[in-house]
Amino acid sequence: MKTWFRIFFVGGAISFRALFSWIRPSIYIPTLLIGPTTQIVFFAYLGRTAHLKSDSWFVVGNAVQSASLAALFGMGFAIDGERWTQTLSAVLATPANRAALFLGRALPVLVNAAVTASTGFIGGALLLGFRMPWSSVPALALLLLLASFACTGLGMLVGAVGLRLRDVPILANLTMAVLLIFCGVNIPLDKLPHWMHLTAEGLPVTHAVDASRRVAQGASLASVQTPLLAELALGAAYLLVGFALLRWFEHQGRQHGTLDRA
Amino acid sequence: MIQAARVFWMGFVLHFKNLSASPFMMVTAAIWPLVYATLAFLMFRATHQAPSLLYAALGAAVMGIWSTTATSAGGAIQQQRWWGILEILVASPTRLILVLAPITTAIAGIGIYSIVSTLLWGRLLFGVPLHVEHPLLFAVSIPAAVISIGLLGLVLASTFVVYRSASNLAQALEYPVWTITGMLIPLSLLPGWVTPIAWVLAPTWGMRAVRHAAIGGEVATPLLLCAALSVAYAAIAAVLLHHFERLARDRASLSLT
Repeated sequence: MKTWFRIFFVGGAISFRALFSWIRPSIYIPTLLIGPTTQIVFFAYLGRTAHLKSDSWFVVGNAVQSASLAALFGMGFAIDGERWTQTLSAVLATPANRAALFLGRALPVLVNAAVTASTGFIGGALLLGFRMPWSSVPALALLLLLASFACTGLGMLVGAVGLRLRDVPILANLTMAVLLIFCGVNIPLDKLPHWMHLTAEGLPVTHAVDASRRVAQGASLASVQTPLLAELALGAAYLLVGFALLRWFEHQGRQHGTLDRA
Repeated sequence: MIQAARVFWMGFVLHFKNLSASPFMMVTAAIWPLVYATLAFLMFRATHQAPSLLYAALGAAVMGIWSTTATSAGGAIQQQRWWGILEILVASPTRLILVLAPITTAIAGIGIYSIVSTLLWGRLLFGVPLHVEHPLLFAVSIPAAVISIGLLGLVLASTFVVYRSASNLAQALEYPVWTITGMLIPLSLLPGWVTPIAWVLAPTWGMRAVRHAAIGGEVATPLLLCAALSVAYAAIAAVLLHHFERLARDRASLSLT
């Protein structure tokens, strides 16, 4: 059990430092700390152009969605990076518990995603005058962690599929695009075509955005229990499916000798 | 002069073909503009006070040109570094600007795919009418916008000879330039202090020329300003490249990644 936790925590932290290629301040600050704010400002002004919703509506939606940037690419790199550094076979040849190995990599990604999302709120407050009750901050922080968890679960799935399809950055880009369009981040769900609305119900971010908007307006955590639990369930489902696919593709890769083929 | 034009053209064709074979560039150039076009179409369609869908389609298309430039122009010099040929290029008798300008212009040129894909996407999925008011001026405006954005990319890229991490900063400029150059958001909605910044950015005039040529409005002035800014960018890039190249030689840091 001690080994399990060592692989989970120490292995996860080392892997994040080694494989997360945006960890240098010169990339991290412009991409993950300033990026979400510039996205928020763009969509808030686009919302003004379309006379669609208030700035606060866009600040919350885009800030929560920005967790997906760090989570999808972070989780993708945590798996695909091993292939680029030619260490995937070595890692998968170890007898290490796979759950500890891969879930441990998800933890720093999750924390980083929550940090990224929170900078969006700070940027929104500084540049667009976004305000919310101080009493809502703990609940919103919890929702950000939850959204980050769900996005990390989806990131695990992207990383797993990347083991087979090879091109994780493209997969992560496309997945992020889907989240941006479908999840009610910039377009109210009731304005989307019905099939898009239905799809959104099964995606991470949708429920977290909905709950965060209500909490930012002063609603209690108890009152957003339904979307909160939905986001949690989706995150767990994506994580499990991603993990199962990882194991399956690992097995396939061993059988066909294709693990390190980039 | 003919030799310089030949070097530029050959370089442009070579890099355009090379970039067209990159799946990542294709996703950036052809898929992401569709995402922003879709968002704009759905947002604009949701209310009755928004600009037309053709306005949105053209904006998203030019956004794609800037997107490829911002994400990749910075990497143009870094790429030569990784390939180990930057020192050879600097040492060659051809001026460095004639080597780099085709690369950044080809990167912006990849944005042509974004124009085609966005307009087709808008037509096929959202029924956006593709009626162009001044077809000839439209055909002139697009290369003018591409070249000016490519040369703006060259100005950014020239700083990367010595400041290697500056390429990441260029990527962070993607949304700000979209915001302040009137691609989807009218300048009148932005704070007043933004306007002078927008005026010195070629995408502002490139966008205006393309939009006026398609929807209607005066094209000559934005087109001329776009051309004038292109010349200014080329001059600035030449000075910066000369200065930074010398600095990098002095420090012996050209090939350092």
